[in-house]
Amino acid sequence: MTPISRREFIGASVAAGAGLVIGFYLPHGSRKQHEYFSPNAYLRITPDNQVTIVVARSEMGQGVRTALPMILAEELEADWKRIQIEQAGASTLFGDQSTGGSDSVRSTWDPMRKAGAQAREMLISAAALTWGLPRSVCTAENGGIKHAASGRRLSYGELANKAATLPIPTDVPLKQSKDYKIVGQRLPRVDSPSKVKGEAIFGIDYRVPGMKFAVLSRCPIIGGKVSSFDDWDSKKIGGVSYVGQISDSAIAVVADSVWGAMEGRRVLNVTWDEGPNKDLNTAAVRASLKEAAVKKGASLYFAGDPAKAGGRHFTAEYALPLMAHAPMEPGNCTADYRGSKCELWAPTQVPQDCRDSVAQAVGLDPDQVKVNVTLMGGGFGRRLEHDYAVEAALVSKAVNAPVKVIWTREDDMRSSTYRPASLHQLSATVDGSGFPATLTHRIIAPSITGQKGQPTPGNVDPDLPDEAGPVYGIRNYAIEYVMAETPVPLGWMRSVYALQAAFGLESFIDELAVAAGKDPLEYRLHLLAKDQDLPYFTTTWKTARMRGVLQLAAEKAAWDKPLPAGHHRGIACFGCFASYMAEVIEISMENDQPRVHRVVCAVDCGQVVNPSILEQQIQGGVVYGLANALRAKITIEKGRIVQGNFDDYAPLRMNETPTVEVYAVPSAESPSGIGEPSVPPIAPALCNAIYAATKKRIRSLPILSS
Amino acid sequence: MAEITLRVNGSEKQVSVAPETPLLWVLRDTLELTGTKFGCGAGLCGACTVHLDGNAVRSCSTPVSQAAGRSVTTIEGLSASEGLPAGQLHVLQAAWIAEEVPQCGYCQTGQIMSAAALLAKTPNPTDDQINESMNGNLCRCGTYERIRKAIHWAANASSKARREIAEEEIQSDAQDNGGAR
Repeated sequence: MTPISRREFIGASVAAGAGLVIGFYLPHGSRKQHEYFSPNAYLRITPDNQVTIVVARSEMGQGVRTALPMILAEELEADWKRIQIEQAGASTLFGDQSTGGSDSVRSTWDPMRKAGAQAREMLISAAALTWGLPRSVCTAENGGIKHAASGRRLSYGELANKAATLPIPTDVPLKQSKDYKIVGQRLPRVDSPSKVKGEAIFGIDYRVPGMKFAVLSRCPIIGGKVSSFDDWDSKKIGGVSYVGQISDSAIAVVADSVWGAMEGRRVLNVTWDEGPNKDLNTAAVRASLKEAAVKKGASLYFAGDPAKAGGRHFTAEYALPLMAHAPMEPGNCTADYRGSKCELWAPTQVPQDCRDSVAQAVGLDPDQVKVNVTLMGGGFGRRLEHDYAVEAALVSKAVNAPVKVIWTREDDMRSSTYRPASLHQLSATVDGSGFPATLTHRIIAPSITGQKGQPTPGNVDPDLPDEAGPVYGIRNYAIEYVMAETPVPLGWMRSVYALQAAFGLESFIDELAVAAGKDPLEYRLHLLAKDQDLPYFTTTWKTARMRGVLQLAAEKAAWDKPLPAGHHRGIACFGCFASYMAEVIEISMENDQPRVHRVVCAVDCGQVVNPSILEQQIQGGVVYGLANALRAKITIEKGRIVQGNFDDYAPLRMNETPTVEVYAVPSAESPSGIGEPSVPPIAPALCNAIYAATKKRIRSLPILSS
Repeated sequence: MAEITLRVNGSEKQVSVAPETPLLWVLRDTLELTGTKFGCGAGLCGACTVHLDGNAVRSCSTPVSQAAGRSVTTIEGLSASEGLPAGQLHVLQAAWIAEEVPQCGYCQTGQIMSAAALLAKTPNPTDDQINESMNGNLCRCGTYERIRKAIHWAANASSKARREIAEEEIQSDAQDNGGAR
């Protein structure tokens, strides 16, 4: 069908006259006024039997527009083929709408289920009242309520008006996983057809009548500012209508086409005040981590007596570089500032932050700023920032017209926020069999949240509780975090600190296994042999579940079977975002470089909502993680980011991509994260395989560092 | 500024732009064909791939003057370029849906245009031939494995299967209203 806009759609349903809207926080009055059935903000049923489910997270490829409605539709007993999906903009109805931390299914599992169940129970009541029958003989099924004995059936649309007059129940029964009909199915994604036809509207595609285009000249030196500029040449470019400074560090060039704005910027003459970081380089970034490493760390995890002496002692240090997200769709945002209000169309993971930051930047109240969420051409954490939205609003205000700000690839690479560089100091003493009697992991990295001026209670970056937990049941075990400082702008990049933590830990475990002369799988299984709970902040890691994914991955990879000549394996496991992941990688070496043939992944993420999307997320995470491991490196010279495009910051290409097999442990536990957990194990698994092939241990990423 | 005539998806289009303007921006800004994407501006990622007289080119690095008088096919016109009726999917688009390829989807129109150029010359490509000819198209979501499968699917689809999939899609499952439009 032809997609219609949110505004048109709401108009159509109001015009149709009635229905059931389920709004958790919608005041009763507004429900009556519209007369459709909506007991909470996630659901609206109109008398023409249109069932609309609202998605209050942002779609960046991870499948939320399909997976989240599946959860609600399951409890509603909806007819999936009749569901319409609506994207929520920044709202006050849904709590925190941030999309990140592999949290969309985790955090909406309960509210979406309850929203569906609430509506289902009300529709059952409406049918019972209509028929004059007890509720117990009315059952919800496939988008309607039926009375089995008489064969009567009423669709949800036919019941919507009556249901809308009923009180909203607060305590509703939820289905058992064994009865699921929608959750757990490989349902096709709702967004595929528009994406393959070129009809999907990403942020960069959105158009407002009379819209101008802007590109910005941002100071290339970290922390630098505009000193002066000369726009004489820029204004000679056809279509350029405005050149002006919009912040301390940026000048906007506005034109009636993207190309005009780019050309205008190309010839713009700017003198920069290079500021305090004009001599910053990569060596200094590394040195700052070394300096911080002498400080006492904050304890993340502590068991037994990790300082206990005795036994053979091992230490190793692992280092990781700055990395950039580089989503395929460069940064952009469209804004229309009109004096007392401002509307944005933003490809954003944080619509509410966009709203609040824009309000502050242009001098409005948050409720005067409307943020519409567009599709995103990838996010990976880059769109947890809201710089692009603030820029668009400021430029729109400056030129008094709707404006789309577009970043080039070089802008994206050089004015980004980066995965922090980090250092990992691992030490252990081993018992007579070569197993660790003590293990200490010190994580030295700057705090992303701290740098943004947000609280870091106990000197612990608040992301670490999801991303740096214990894996093994080692009796004397400590994990510490030392907060370093850096002027390099930092951001949350897919799996955040888990990638670094897993690289340190799982490389070191492999080194210990090698030193003990033991098989790396058997070595790990021994450390997980006993069923143990490892409490870590709000998660309790279970050795049994980690053991389960290791065994499943090893079985599917036929770990105990020989490989073709010249092929070698590596293994690693890690837990983050409450999910357990193990990966077995198979490589050969060609011209001293690894060629990856196959990756076998096993995951325990609780209840799987959509196995096809799960497989997409894990395959994608492995490809993303392989690029991180092999090549991803942002370097700095004279305060400037060196890399600029996909030639010097090269993602994985098709010919480098292995087959990635995905296996999930069957589980009815509540779902845990899936967007990120496949990223962390791949780098150590790969380096462990390279060791198996070459006896060379890689302790610093990227692998191809030249 | 120059007056330039292009044949885009079968229709004559006259545009008045600077002749060095990349074809990409003429398609996107002037002709409002936004299925062709901007990814790198340097011919490195393939998101902007279109067909120029049947050959896959990077529209971000092709000045519009080079396309003057020639035939340009974008994702919006791919199906019609093979004589299919309006609304019917190209076999590759059907394959992309059948194999559930897209994640964010941003690069996929460029991927499909590259794959179409491949299949036109090599109707039944091997994995190596697919790798070689698709290597210029980046995907940060990591959909490569499913892209390979989808190209094989399209190469192997009988014309009957192609029709069935195409029709099935028209009444596909739950509908995405999209975000802001």
